[in-house]
Amino acid sequence: MAELKLTGASKSFGNIDVLHGIDLAVKDGEFVVFVGPSGCGKSTLLRVIAGLENVTSGEVHIDGERVTHLPASDRGLAMVFQSYALYPHMSVRRNMAFALENMGLKPKDIEARVDRAAAMLRLTDYLDRKPKALSGGQRQRVAIGRAIVRDPKIFLFDEPLSNLDAELRVATRKELAALHAELGGTMIYVTHDQVEAMTLADRIVVLKAGRIEQIGTPLELYNHPQNAFVAGFIGSPRMNFLPAAVIADDGTLRLTVGDREIALPRAASGLKAGAAVTLGIRPEHIDVTPDAGMIAATVDLVEQLGGETFIYASAPGLPQITLRQHGQSRFNRGDAIAIRFAPDHLHIFDATGAALARP
Amino acid sequence: MATMRLTALLGQRRNGPGRPLHWTDIAAYVYLALGVVLMFGPVLWLVLSSFKTQSALLEFPPSFLPFAQVEVTVPGQPQKLPLFRATLPDGSVRELAQVRRIGLIAQMVDPADPSQQFRVAIDKREPVRRVALATENYSEPLQRFAFLRFLSNSVFVTVIATLITLLINSMAAYALAVYNFRGKQAATLAVIGTLMIPMTIILVPVYLVVTEFGLANSLWAVILPGAATPTGVFLLRQYMLTLPKDLIEAARMDKASEWQIYWRIVMPLTLPALAVLAIFSIMWRWNEFLWPLAVLTKTEVYTLQIGLNAFQGELQTQWHYLLAMTVVTLIPIALVFVFLQRFITTGIGSTGMK
Amino acid sequence: MSDISPVARPERGTDTGALARLGQVAVLPVGAALRLLDPPMQWLQRVIGARRMAYVFLLPNFVFFGLFVFLPIGINVVFSVTGGTALFPSQRPYVGGEQFAYLFDCGSYLDPSTCREDHFWRGVANTAKFVVFQVTAMVLFSLITALVLNMKIRGRGFFRAVYFFPVLLSPVVVALIWKWILQRDGLLNAAITTLGGQKILFFVDPSWAMFWAVFVSVWAHMGFYTLILLAGLQAIPADLYEAAEMDATPRWRVLIRITLPLLWPNMIVVIVLALIKGAQTFDEVFVLTGGGPGTATLMVVQYIYETAFSSQVQNFGLAAAASVVLGVVLFVLTLLQFAAARRKEV
Repeated sequence: MAELKLTGASKSFGNIDVLHGIDLAVKDGEFVVFVGPSGCGKSTLLRVIAGLENVTSGEVHIDGERVTHLPASDRGLAMVFQSYALYPHMSVRRNMAFALENMGLKPKDIEARVDRAAAMLRLTDYLDRKPKALSGGQRQRVAIGRAIVRDPKIFLFDEPLSNLDAELRVATRKELAALHAELGGTMIYVTHDQVEAMTLADRIVVLKAGRIEQIGTPLELYNHPQNAFVAGFIGSPRMNFLPAAVIADDGTLRLTVGDREIALPRAASGLKAGAAVTLGIRPEHIDVTPDAGMIAATVDLVEQLGGETFIYASAPGLPQITLRQHGQSRFNRGDAIAIRFAPDHLHIFDATGAALARP
Repeated sequence: MATMRLTALLGQRRNGPGRPLHWTDIAAYVYLALGVVLMFGPVLWLVLSSFKTQSALLEFPPSFLPFAQVEVTVPGQPQKLPLFRATLPDGSVRELAQVRRIGLIAQMVDPADPSQQFRVAIDKREPVRRVALATENYSEPLQRFAFLRFLSNSVFVTVIATLITLLINSMAAYALAVYNFRGKQAATLAVIGTLMIPMTIILVPVYLVVTEFGLANSLWAVILPGAATPTGVFLLRQYMLTLPKDLIEAARMDKASEWQIYWRIVMPLTLPALAVLAIFSIMWRWNEFLWPLAVLTKTEVYTLQIGLNAFQGELQTQWHYLLAMTVVTLIPIALVFVFLQRFITTGIGSTGMK
Repeated sequence: MSDISPVARPERGTDTGALARLGQVAVLPVGAALRLLDPPMQWLQRVIGARRMAYVFLLPNFVFFGLFVFLPIGINVVFSVTGGTALFPSQRPYVGGEQFAYLFDCGSYLDPSTCREDHFWRGVANTAKFVVFQVTAMVLFSLITALVLNMKIRGRGFFRAVYFFPVLLSPVVVALIWKWILQRDGLLNAAITTLGGQKILFFVDPSWAMFWAVFVSVWAHMGFYTLILLAGLQAIPADLYEAAEMDATPRWRVLIRITLPLLWPNMIVVIVLALIKGAQTFDEVFVLTGGGPGTATLMVVQYIYETAFSSQVQNFGLAAAASVVLGVVLFVLTLLQFAAARRKEV
C-alpha cells in the first residue's frame, strides 16, 4: 500500500494540452475517485499514474520514490481496464497467474494467491474457463482478481462498471466498496458517473478540461462546492442555477431574483450593487410554503416516483426550477405555488463561477 | 520539443525520455533497412543494367552505372573518336583520342592539337567514360523483334479480361448478395468448389475445351478461361452485403427493373470493391504465365510474359535486349503499385484469409 | 457460409480523387452498353418474375465456371483413363487404370530413378523438398517482418509497401531479375570475387539451383503472407499489451505468451495457403532454371506441362493422370485450409 504524489503534472499530445499542472496527494489506503465530464482528462491522468503515458512535465512520486520516468512495468501498480483486457486464450486461472509468473513467484505461492483472490471474488468455480465462456460481470471480477493477486502498491480502475447493465452496476459497486474495506489498499478510480463517485470515494477529485476543480470528501463537495461547475456536477438531480442581481450588500444581501426581491442575512462579501450573481439551490433544499415565500411559481410537470416526487415549476424571468419532495405530493400541472429556499443551503456564485464564502 | 519527439519516435511505451533505445528497436530498423536493399536492390540493378551496351554487359566485374566511352570530335577527322587516358612513355598522363588501332599499338592524337600524333601501347590506355543510357536496348526490340506486338497482346488480354471479369463476377455477386432463391446454398458451394480447382490441374482438359471452340492460339483462349474468378465473386458479394437493403426496396417501389437496380444503384455503390477487383485482375492477367505458355504456340499471339521467356531461350542470350524488355514488362505494374498500393495492401490483408 | 472469413472490405470513401474520376470516366461507355440491355432484361423479368432474375445474373459466371472448371475436371478423369495421342476423348481408347499403374510403377517410391516414369517422381521429390524449405523460410521471414512492421515505427506504410513490391512483379520478371544477378559474370559473383572468393556457377550445381529456386520464390511471395500476418497482429487488442505491461511482462514473454498464441490461427491459415501454392510451383522456377540442371529443379507442374504440351510426343493421358494425383493432394490441403480458417473464429 502506498501514497501517491503528483506535482505539476502536465500532459500534451502534440499541440493538444490534456492535463494542466495537476497537483495531487493521495494517502495510503485512500479510495480516491477522479470524476468529470467526457474529455476532462481523467483517464489520461490515470494512465499517467500507471506509466502507460509519460508526463510532458511535472513529477510523479509513489511512496516518496520518484517514478516519473519509470515504465509501467516497474511501478508495481495494478490496473483494471475498462474493457477488462483479459487474455482470451488463457483460462481465468492463467490470466490471474500471468503477472505472478513474471514476478518469479514459486508455483505454490502463485496457486495460493490465485485461489485466495478467486475465493474473495467468488470465481473459484470458473477458474478453468476461458473469458469467452464468462458473463460480463464474471469477466469484470476476473479483471479485478488479476489486480488483487499482484498485491500492488496502488489499484487503478478505469471506468470498470461502464460495460455493465444498471442492476449489475449497483451490485458491483457495493462489492467494490466491500473489497476496499477488506483489502485496505490505496485505490484510484476513474468514472464519469457521480453516483459511483459519491458512494465509493473517501475523497473525490473533480476534473474539468485538464484541471482540478475541487478535491474533497463526497459530503464536502456536496455541501461546500467551491464553484458552479462542481456544484452542478455533484448531486442528482442537478442543482438549480438561478441568475440574480445584487441590490445591496451591507450586512443583509438583497437580490433581485426573477421578478421578486429576496433578502438574506449574510456578512458582506464585497459585492457591488448591480453585480450579476448566480444562486444555487439543490432540488431537495427547496420547500413549498403556505405563505408568500421567496418566489411565486407555476407547476409545469409533476413526476411521482412513489417514494419521492419531482416538481418542475417556472417563475417569471427564471429558468425552470426542479424541486424534490419526499413522499407523494398532491400538486397538479398549473398549480400556483410559493417556494422558499433554505437559507443554509443556498449557494451564491459570482460572475466567474466561484462560490462566495458562507457566513 | 525536438528531443521530445525524437525520443517519442525511438522509444516506445516502455521507454521514457532518458532511457536508452531498446536493442529490439535498433534491430528492427536494421532489418527494415536490409529489407529495402534486398527488395528494391535487384530491381534497381535490373534497370541500371538494362541501360548498358552489350559490350558493357560483358565486363567483369560489372560497373554500377551504365557507362559509355566519351567520344570527341577532332578537327580533320571525319568521325568522332573515342577518348582515352593514355600513359605516355615519358610517364605523363594525357587524354588522347584514338584514330586507329593497329595490332597492339594505338595511334592517338591530342584533340586540342591534332597535328601531334602519338603511338601508345594498348595496355597503357584507359577509356574515358561518362554515364550514358543505351536507349537502343529499348527501341530495337520494340521495332525489330515484335515486342510491340507482345505488348499490345498483353494490353488487349488484360483490359478485355478485366472488363469481362468485372461484369460477370459482379452479376453473380449481386445474385448471391441480394436474392434468396432455391439453390443459393448450392451455388455458393459451387463457387467455393471452384477455389479448390486451380488451373494447374486442369491444363489438359481446358486446352481441349478451348480447342473445341476453335480458340486455340488466339488471345481469347487466354482471356476466357480465367474470367470467372471465385475470389472476385466473394469480394464483391461481401461488399454488397454491407449496402442497406432499403435502397434496393426503394428502387423496386420506384418501378426499377432488377437489371436497372443492378447497374444503376448497386454497381455505382460498389465502386470501391470493383476498384480492388480491377486492380487484382490487372495484376493476375498481366502476370499470367503457365496457361498462356501452354495454349499459345504462335509467336504473333504471344503475350509479353511468354515473349520474354521465349526470347531467352536462344543460345547466346541477348541480355541487353532481354533486360530492357523486362523493365518494360514491369513498368505497368510498378505504376499500379505507386498509385494504388494502398488499395492493394489493405485489400489483401483480409482477402488472404479466405 | 460462416466458414468463409470476411473477404476484403474496402471502406467506402477510400477512393482517391484520381481513382474516383477515372472510375467516373470509365463508367460512361460501360453504362451506355449496359443500358442497351434494359429492354430485353425488362422483358425477361416480366416473363420469369423478379425473384428468378437471380438465375439470370448467375448465369454468365456459371457458364464460365461450368465450361472452364467443372467440365474440365470431368474430362480430366476421362483423359486419365483413356490412352492414345488424340486430343478428343471420342478418339481415345479406354485403358482403365493403366496410366495410373504406369505412373505408380516404381521399384522404390523414395528413389525416382527406379520408376518407369522417373520424371514424374523426380518432380514429386523436388516439389516436396522445395515446399518444405520454401514454406518454412516463407512463414519464418513473413512472421519476423510482420512483427517488425507491427512495432511503432515511423514510415510503417512505406516499409510495408517495400516488402509487398516483389509480389506484384510477374514471375518471368522475378526470375529474370535474379537470373541476371546469378549469372556467372553477374552481380553476386562480382561481390564474391571482390571478397576474395571463387566464382560459383549457380545453375550448374543442383543444390545451388534448388537453393536459389527457394530463395527467389520466398523473395517474390513473402510480402503477401507478411500482410496477412500483419493484419492478424493488428487485430490483437492494444489493451492486452497494456495489461501485460502493467503485469511487468518482459518483451520476450509478451511475444511468446501473448502475441504468438493469439496469432497462431492466422499462422495456420498462412502455412496451409503456402503449402497449397508451393505444391503448384512452376512459373518462377521454370524461367529461372528450366527445371535444371537436368531435372534437379523439375517440379510436378512442369512435368504435367511438358508431358502434355512441350515434349515430342504429347501424352495427354499421362499428364491428366498426374493432374488427378496432384488434384487429390491439393484437395486434401484445401480441406485442411477450411478447417484452419474455421478454427480461427476463436
